[in-house]
Amino acid sequence: MLDFPRWKTIGISIILLLGILFAIPSFLPSKTFDKLPGIAQIKVNLGLDLAGGSHLLLEADIDDLQKTQLANMEKTVRAAMRGERGPDDDIAIGELSTAGGKISFLVRDQAQLDAARERLFSETQGAGLTGQRDWTIDVVDTTRIVMTPTAAGQKQAIAGAMDTAREIIDKRVNALGTREPTIIRQGDDRIVVQVPGLQDPQQLKDLIGKTARLEFRMVDPNADPNEAAAGRAPVGSEIVPYAEGANGSAPFEVLRRQVMISGEQLLDAKQGYDGQSGQPVVNIRFDSGGSATFAKVTAQNVGKRFAMVLDGKVLSAPSINEPILGGSAQISGSFSVASANNLAISLRSGALPVKMTVVEERTVTPELGADSIRKGIIAGIVATVAVLTLMVLVYGRFGIYANVALFFNIFLIIAIMAAFNATLTLPGIAGFVLTVGAAVDANVLINERIREELKRGRRVFQAVELGYSEASRAIFDANVTNVIAALLMFWFGSGPIKGFAVVLTIGIVTSVFTAVTVTRLFAARWLHKTRPTTINI
Amino acid sequence: MRLLKLVPDDTNIDFLKWRKLASAMSFILVAISIALVAVKGLNLGVDFVGGQSVRVEFPQAMPPIDEIREKVSHIGLGEPTIQQFGSDKAVSIRTALPEGDKTVADRAGKQLVAGIQKAFPTAHTGSVETVSGKVSGELISTGALSLALAMLGISIYIWIRFEWQFGVGALGRLFHEVALTFGFFAVTQLQFDLNSIAALLTIVGYSLNDTIVVYDRVRENLKKYRKMEIVPLLNLSINETLSRTVMTSVSVMLALGMLLIFGPDVIFGFTAAMLFGVFVGTYSSILMSTPVLVWLKVGPHSFVPRTSAASEGAERIQRKDDGAVV
Repeated sequence: MLDFPRWKTIGISIILLLGILFAIPSFLPSKTFDKLPGIAQIKVNLGLDLAGGSHLLLEADIDDLQKTQLANMEKTVRAAMRGERGPDDDIAIGELSTAGGKISFLVRDQAQLDAARERLFSETQGAGLTGQRDWTIDVVDTTRIVMTPTAAGQKQAIAGAMDTAREIIDKRVNALGTREPTIIRQGDDRIVVQVPGLQDPQQLKDLIGKTARLEFRMVDPNADPNEAAAGRAPVGSEIVPYAEGANGSAPFEVLRRQVMISGEQLLDAKQGYDGQSGQPVVNIRFDSGGSATFAKVTAQNVGKRFAMVLDGKVLSAPSINEPILGGSAQISGSFSVASANNLAISLRSGALPVKMTVVEERTVTPELGADSIRKGIIAGIVATVAVLTLMVLVYGRFGIYANVALFFNIFLIIAIMAAFNATLTLPGIAGFVLTVGAAVDANVLINERIREELKRGRRVFQAVELGYSEASRAIFDANVTNVIAALLMFWFGSGPIKGFAVVLTIGIVTSVFTAVTVTRLFAARWLHKTRPTTINI
Repeated sequence: MRLLKLVPDDTNIDFLKWRKLASAMSFILVAISIALVAVKGLNLGVDFVGGQSVRVEFPQAMPPIDEIREKVSHIGLGEPTIQQFGSDKAVSIRTALPEGDKTVADRAGKQLVAGIQKAFPTAHTGSVETVSGKVSGELISTGALSLALAMLGISIYIWIRFEWQFGVGALGRLFHEVALTFGFFAVTQLQFDLNSIAALLTIVGYSLNDTIVVYDRVRENLKKYRKMEIVPLLNLSINETLSRTVMTSVSVMLALGMLLIFGPDVIFGFTAAMLFGVFVGTYSSILMSTPVLVWLKVGPHSFVPRTSAASEGAERIQRKDDGAVV
């Protein structure tokens, strides 16, 4: 047990050296750190509770997504039945309903039933690995077609929407110019956004909480104001309220259902100022298809009004004074510079495919975080010094070995965390202090055992050897149970529990290495060199 | 240099003599803890009840809590829970979230911060936490699940590595520790949040460290002294490991004590709970973890190699173990 072949000694030394090398960048002030060559830029991340910043948990409104999906399929069905080759290619349908999350309609001419099914079949797709389709198409009562979304199809749609939503949120958060935001999907329908250093999450929430579905629609000139006030709109039109703060003369507008241009046709959006009033506005540019449509519609409707609708609310409804040919337009509507900028960012990044709402928010001010770090470090140092002193007082030389090993242990934990780019949180610091306290336990066990064996009259060499081998069994069992606890914490716990578990797991592994192997190396070298007949332990 | 000895050499204390008393006391304490949690309840943080919590710092002395409560309840979000936070200049103000659709929660947050700023213009509001009811429900269930699974997983491991009696003993001891710590939270009304679950899990892990060290020695002595009665054997095992138990507990409590005094106030409750848990754990590793072995009739036969074919593998491991002892 006390024989260390040369390769083992070298191996242990290399591990310890690497530990120190990898740990050093984490201790450097950020200015020095930034000057390091890229390969050396590894360090422990500080969690938001230490660095300050905001954590948001967003949840997708799955009901809303399914409604949108159903509405889209309804449009698809109508378009498919209209046929490609003119009116004689149409399939007449009726009694279309979307109740109960299904699409159901009547095919007027029974002879066309198969043709209708054929057209729908090409509009639905495969979903999942089992070759299942995203919609099932059934014929009921020989005249009615019922389309039902399949579970696999729903799942795929949600997954796709969440991926897109994540990308869009990523674009939006990055456009804010924040440092190193983390945006990850969590579970089936959630996205976590973490922005270090951000103290006021309101702007962030405004920005990512917006679906940003922009539509240009004509105001219905034939609507009867009295009918509209009573909540009734003419056929083909609907009542759309004004956005909060937008100064419309009426609280709502009656708009044609048909969308003339939508946000997908945007090329760019920028915050600017209105030439006359100096008010903040958003300047937008359409792509070529959008420009052509916009030019055509505005040329046909000079003197009439159109409305810009964002997420189902009217922003403004100006009159068309002349055809707008350049492919650019201005969105006005009582903006502040910040809100205009937010809207521009949201429009540039595209509309979210699904409504997202904030279900959890945690913001820590940077001062509080800095205070926590300072106090955590002080406590860590005081705790370490106290434990080190106690070890030397109780075990003498072997206590010093344990202490040196403890130092290596601290470096190794930091090095491994840095190498894995792990995040240190507040409970993580507590886990750190606990590891320091518990790491000595292994040495306590070993040293107590050596004492015992000496008391039984064994020679020094044998006592030390037995001390290590006998204590190792209990150390192993004790640490495996702790690893079990830590792994379960990591898998099933959330947030701070995870951070704690990471530090604990790493700490357990490194502390067994340093407390058992490294101290044994020290003890073995000393014993071989001096060959003492008695030891003070 | 004369080295310090926390425990004198060759102690021979009859710990098992007190086993009935200790067990009765533990039983009563567990019952009291459960009753306290039931009657007084835990001071659940927003992690577990949902709602919002804002940390407010005052530049000078804080106005009386009643005044804060009075002014905040006028904001219209119901009666707030107000808790002093470390220093005498900071409080955490917690309110429920109004019912309704999800955007209501966001608006309520703005309303609370704006209301506080209006009532106390010099105060600084920071560190907002908002957790919706749905998320808090999930946090409770994942927290409870990870705690239960950790306890179960560890007990199964001990059952496999030792014998079933030891697994039962460990599980009973864990239950004891966790129950008492819940009682501690109920008495002190320290906020119970996700960090507290981490503290509980650590207590579970730490207790197990202790239990295993004692059990390992019991196993070793059972093999060594085949003829010894179980009670003196357990006493011997506890006495032999006593100096280790005390030394480790003292050093961990020392570390946690420093964290309690000098550490950030945000983890005060977390550290306090762990300190309490280590204290209880030390008591129970000395007085609590072995009586169950007497009742479940652990004896030398528990580790005697069996001759049946089914346990041949176990036998081999056993012999290897024995070889290591000598």
